[in-house]
Amino acid sequence: MARLQIRNLEKVYGNAFKAVHGISLDVNDGEFMVLVGPSGCAKSTTLRMIAGLETITGGEVRIGDRIVNNLPPGQRGISMVFQNYALYPHMKVRNNLAFGLKLKRRPKPEIEESTRAVAGILEIDPLLDRLPKQLSGGQAQRVAVGRALIKKPEVFLFDEPLSNLDAKLRASMRVRITDLHKRLKRDGLSSTVVYVTHDQTEAMTMGDRICVMKDGHIMQVADPVTLYNRPENAFVAGFIGSPEMNLLEGTVVANGGLTVALAGQPLSFGPALTDRLKAKDGDAVTVGIRPQHLSIAAQDDDNALEGTVAHVEFMGHEVYLHVDLAGMRLVAVVPSDRYNPADIHDDHIRLTPREEAVHIFDRQTGRNISLPPEA
Amino acid sequence: MTQEIAVPAAAELETARAHIESRRMHVISSAVRYFLLAGVGFIMLYPLIWLIGASFKTNSEIFTNPGFIPQEPTIDGYIQGWKTSTPYTFATFFWNTFLIILPKTIGTAISCAAVAYGFARFEFPGKKILFATLIATLLLPNVVTRIPHYLLFRDLGWLDTFLPLWVPSAFAGDAFFVFMLIQFLRAIPRDMEEAARVDGANTLQTLIYIVVPMLAPALISVCLFQFMWTMNDFLGPLIYLSSVDKYPISLALKLSIDTTEAFQWNRILAMSVLALMPALVVFFLAQKYFIEGISTGGVKG
Repeated sequence: MARLQIRNLEKVYGNAFKAVHGISLDVNDGEFMVLVGPSGCAKSTTLRMIAGLETITGGEVRIGDRIVNNLPPGQRGISMVFQNYALYPHMKVRNNLAFGLKLKRRPKPEIEESTRAVAGILEIDPLLDRLPKQLSGGQAQRVAVGRALIKKPEVFLFDEPLSNLDAKLRASMRVRITDLHKRLKRDGLSSTVVYVTHDQTEAMTMGDRICVMKDGHIMQVADPVTLYNRPENAFVAGFIGSPEMNLLEGTVVANGGLTVALAGQPLSFGPALTDRLKAKDGDAVTVGIRPQHLSIAAQDDDNALEGTVAHVEFMGHEVYLHVDLAGMRLVAVVPSDRYNPADIHDDHIRLTPREEAVHIFDRQTGRNISLPPEA
Repeated sequence: MTQEIAVPAAAELETARAHIESRRMHVISSAVRYFLLAGVGFIMLYPLIWLIGASFKTNSEIFTNPGFIPQEPTIDGYIQGWKTSTPYTFATFFWNTFLIILPKTIGTAISCAAVAYGFARFEFPGKKILFATLIATLLLPNVVTRIPHYLLFRDLGWLDTFLPLWVPSAFAGDAFFVFMLIQFLRAIPRDMEEAARVDGANTLQTLIYIVVPMLAPALISVCLFQFMWTMNDFLGPLIYLSSVDKYPISLALKLSIDTTEAFQWNRILAMSVLALMPALVVFFLAQKYFIEGISTGGVKG
């Protein structure tokens, strides 16, 4: 049972490069926290500082009620799953699992019992006498998870554990890890997880809460639904969701309600957006529209964006339209049953956004200036 | 009609001919290649084969019969050679060699692994200078340090003991081995060691349980090199050992040359053959690891 608290955590490397800029984060007991961000955003560095594999330049890391800044990794009550499994190549699976317990000089029967239990949970019983090089990627990853599990740590750390697997295995391992987390929680065992990934799908599907990071800063911490619906800034908006949110640069031109000029085309919004917007004429803004929130405009609808269709991707249940809007690229996702090629005239198409789902960001600061007050 | 059929047939014939032609070329080129390789290999091996053959000849035959198959094979050279002209048999000299090689090889493996681990995995003040010093000693000719070494060991009172022959090596004195292991370690990802630290291993446990097993091929190469070089070392024992009862094989072989007026060549050759055996046996036993060790160390470094 442990919560993990990070206070003003900083990392400065020897060459004065500041990787982590004083971040603070609370992970509650039993919570599945995902750190997500593009490569180089210091999410792995943060995880390694929690693990004790990287020295902490400033701030503190607290696991339970202990400050662990200066404890070696083995005494922090953590266990970690590495991206490339990091199984000990010369040890059989059985010994890979038991290594940590052997170092702690646990009695033999206890070690055997734990090994059997963990092998049962992860369905790796038949692999116990194999060497790591005789395992497939998925099996090796399960052993790596088993090695973390057997120690009954207070906090589990995962460092991009699925990125070496193929898409299908990744999907099944995702479910397996989430199930495992639920199971630990149900059994009353410590199940606090910090999970690092660069894949927003993994983050959205697995996390209780998600911490989006960029360049050593935390951009937003929230549950998946909030993150998707109420992104606090343009970065989070663009990072979460697939295909990515369209971020179009425009200028506010008030004309009765609110009108934004996008690539020279005025787009007017009704009270749904106007009421919550804090912007004035001439402000440079970024308009964020998710591809799913664009639909093909009706013939008589003047308030639409017109662009050239660059190409059309048929995905089965939906169609991705890549539209060129005077140099700006735009993606629209239309359900297959509502897609009619006749709507495209001479490669031209007119699209209209769903107003209540549009976000407007201050282009200077990237902050979302159109967030409705929380319900 | 007939012409139409004849055209593809001719083309087919042409391809078949080309096929046979390319096969013949392949056979010829392989034959030439293997003949050359076998020839050069034989030239390289000839002195060794002659040595083994001559060790079974009588003294007079060695100089009269240039071939390597003895006319009247005898093991007299082995019997007489083993006894030597000293109060000791060759068994003593083999034992002496063993007493030098064993601590030297084990000491080298342990100390070099530890030092290489330190250089490859840890940051510490002065690391760059120390590493540069290590490389510098690698480039230093051995002969230059002979006299300072000798004076040092004399002051320590180690002359005429085995200590000068193995103690330096047991303290990672062979920069080449340290360097080789560092290169090998650099090619091994750190994740396993980090996993071990998370599992609760301290630095020493990580070294023993994780790093050393992964270093095994390289360590075997180190041990083999050390074994063979020590076996063949003549100058070291010559400088530091003065009593005959402490002579290793390399020195003992010379005994038969200067203690008798007429050289008993068959004895010398017979004992040379015996002296070669341990190195050969060990090399063939460990050949697989040996090659793995140098190739990985070299390529990935």
